[in-house]
Amino acid sequence: MAWIAEIIFGLITIGSFFLFGKNLWAIRKNILLGKPTDFSGDTAERWKQVALLAFGQKKMFGNPLVAILHLFVYVGFIIINIELLEIIVDGLSGKHRAFAPLLGDCYSILINSFEILAGLVLFAVIIFFIRRNFLSIKRLISKDLNGWPRSDANIILIIEVVLMGLFLTMNAADPETNFILSAHIKPLFNGLNEHQLANIEHTAWWMHIIGIYAFMNYLPYSKHLHIILAFPNAYYASLEPKGKMLNMESVQNEVLYAMQPELAPAGAAAPDKFGAKDVMDLSWKNLMDAYSCTECGRCSAACPANLTGKLLSPRSIMMKTRDRLEEVGMQIQKNPNWKEDGKSLLHDYISVEELRACTTCNACVEECPVSISPLDIIIELRRSLIMEESNAPSEWNGMFSNIENNFAPWKFSPDDRDAWTNQA
Amino acid sequence: MIETPGQIKPNSNYMKVATMAEFLAAGKEPEVLFWVGCAGSFDQRAQKITKAFATILEKAGVAYAILGKEEACTGDPARRAGNEFMFQMMAYQNIQVMNAYNIKKIVTTCPHCFNVLKNEYPALGGNYDVIHHTTFLQELIEQGKIQFTDSNEWKGKTIAYHDSCYLGRANDIYEAPRKVLESLDMELREMKRCKSKGLCCGAGGAQMFKEEEKGDKRINSERADEAIETKASMVASACPFCNTMMTDGIKNRNEEIKMDVLDIAEIVAQAIK
Repeated sequence: MAWIAEIIFGLITIGSFFLFGKNLWAIRKNILLGKPTDFSGDTAERWKQVALLAFGQKKMFGNPLVAILHLFVYVGFIIINIELLEIIVDGLSGKHRAFAPLLGDCYSILINSFEILAGLVLFAVIIFFIRRNFLSIKRLISKDLNGWPRSDANIILIIEVVLMGLFLTMNAADPETNFILSAHIKPLFNGLNEHQLANIEHTAWWMHIIGIYAFMNYLPYSKHLHIILAFPNAYYASLEPKGKMLNMESVQNEVLYAMQPELAPAGAAAPDKFGAKDVMDLSWKNLMDAYSCTECGRCSAACPANLTGKLLSPRSIMMKTRDRLEEVGMQIQKNPNWKEDGKSLLHDYISVEELRACTTCNACVEECPVSISPLDIIIELRRSLIMEESNAPSEWNGMFSNIENNFAPWKFSPDDRDAWTNQA
Repeated sequence: MIETPGQIKPNSNYMKVATMAEFLAAGKEPEVLFWVGCAGSFDQRAQKITKAFATILEKAGVAYAILGKEEACTGDPARRAGNEFMFQMMAYQNIQVMNAYNIKKIVTTCPHCFNVLKNEYPALGGNYDVIHHTTFLQELIEQGKIQFTDSNEWKGKTIAYHDSCYLGRANDIYEAPRKVLESLDMELREMKRCKSKGLCCGAGGAQMFKEEEKGDKRINSERADEAIETKASMVASACPFCNTMMTDGIKNRNEEIKMDVLDIAEIVAQAIK
């Protein structure tokens, strides 16, 4: 009956990967609800961004201490997952440490290095847990994270502690091995017989692999999705100077045809919508940004509006965009012909007051370790406010009419534009 | 008819600044168009920056012209507020004027104009070599076209340079303004947040033209505090809007503290031979 375990393992593995793939596919579909956008430009430059920002985590090194701890978790996590390969082979074949005979002496070097990494991950994750819950770090205690987001963050940290613990326990309970860290746990099992040890090892083995599958399937629901999306997000991040705003060709043409009607093609239709009112009006990169956000809050900590107590928080702009996108995605899943539910990202999720507080200073864009631009979304929503709703503070309306009539944002006569040349 | 464009008229205490129209009438082309911008044209404080920069151009022997009454707002505050129509109208108008004059090179004292002219007009058919005045000044100093008096009054003075967002993060220009200050032997003091981490003065994104949203502090007060913390004797700016914001911020924060906020051009103009 030994094959029963292998079959159960195989089914769990297939099921986990199937569910994970299905959820990723749903996320891809949601992201593609966004508008197409131009990503021409130097591919080599884009791969450089992936290397520096995603693999190299360049932006994290603004704070080297945190960057190194984060690097432990990141490298540890990726490398320890090589071990996953052996676990799957063992699980499907019913063997025990299938790679050991193949790799010879290298095997213990490999597992020893996995154990060291596991120790570093444990260390870093515990420090992160303390930072998040016991030290009053402004971006981590912010009200942006109240409720589910705060639990999400702690769940991730706890799962990582448990997974690393199980990995070490499994090795410690194996009487045939003597690895660098787990060897120190062995005394805990003193006095247990071979059978009991085997039971502990088996239990830890099963819990470890099921834990990994569970964690994998938790990702699509979690802020932790950044471990995947940080890579494409770095690739598709803008190569333009940060100051350059996306041009609205439709409006450019409207103006051109108004000034030079002879250029207007016959039957040129005016665009049906200006700016973004809801998630579908944003670009797919804006939507991928929302899924890539790990809610670290570096953007909001650097935002001049946020740090002087205004309602605007770039992090919360990203979180609300994802919330709305998931809501829309869910409704479309239920009803493919879904058009609207009377709600929109603008107003129902993101308020006018938040949008009005932005100075377009690009501090949020500069800070983001995973190449997100909250500013793009803010600008698109502002465009909808002004051009669709004529919703502007009265001072802005004054500024607009001054530009229109006097060619300057203030009420001065255009004739006085060069008056300074006549002053001493 | 202009004989010597860009020279101070003898027997006159005001500048003769030639316009593009005058250059064209004389059958000449200037080296560079000085884009003055709305703040530089109309705001009393910013006019001083404009005049200081014009004086430098004259002394350095740069043949420059302005558009004069033909210049109009680039559309930057309208675009950033969300009014793309107004931006496109202004851009169309400005590009028509500049292309008609066959403009090739533009220098401007305003980082907001700089950013729009350099990054956003090309897509609309306005292709120019656009340079910010701090970069231009640095180049003139390196070429020896600007020389400082031996009794340079700035020597050894402590100064905090405030990075403009539209110069710094928006266009990665951090070094040129600092190098200009260093060439004057000034002692640069960095604020807590500087260069790519620099804190906005609070004016960008059309905030200059409306009241701040409610919060617990004004952005320019926060930035003024950082400038005051450096204990520098003065603040250098490279943007007319930052200049206003920093001046107000420091004044409102501490009446006692006498910390002048001067544009890089004003600092250079006072030390130039």
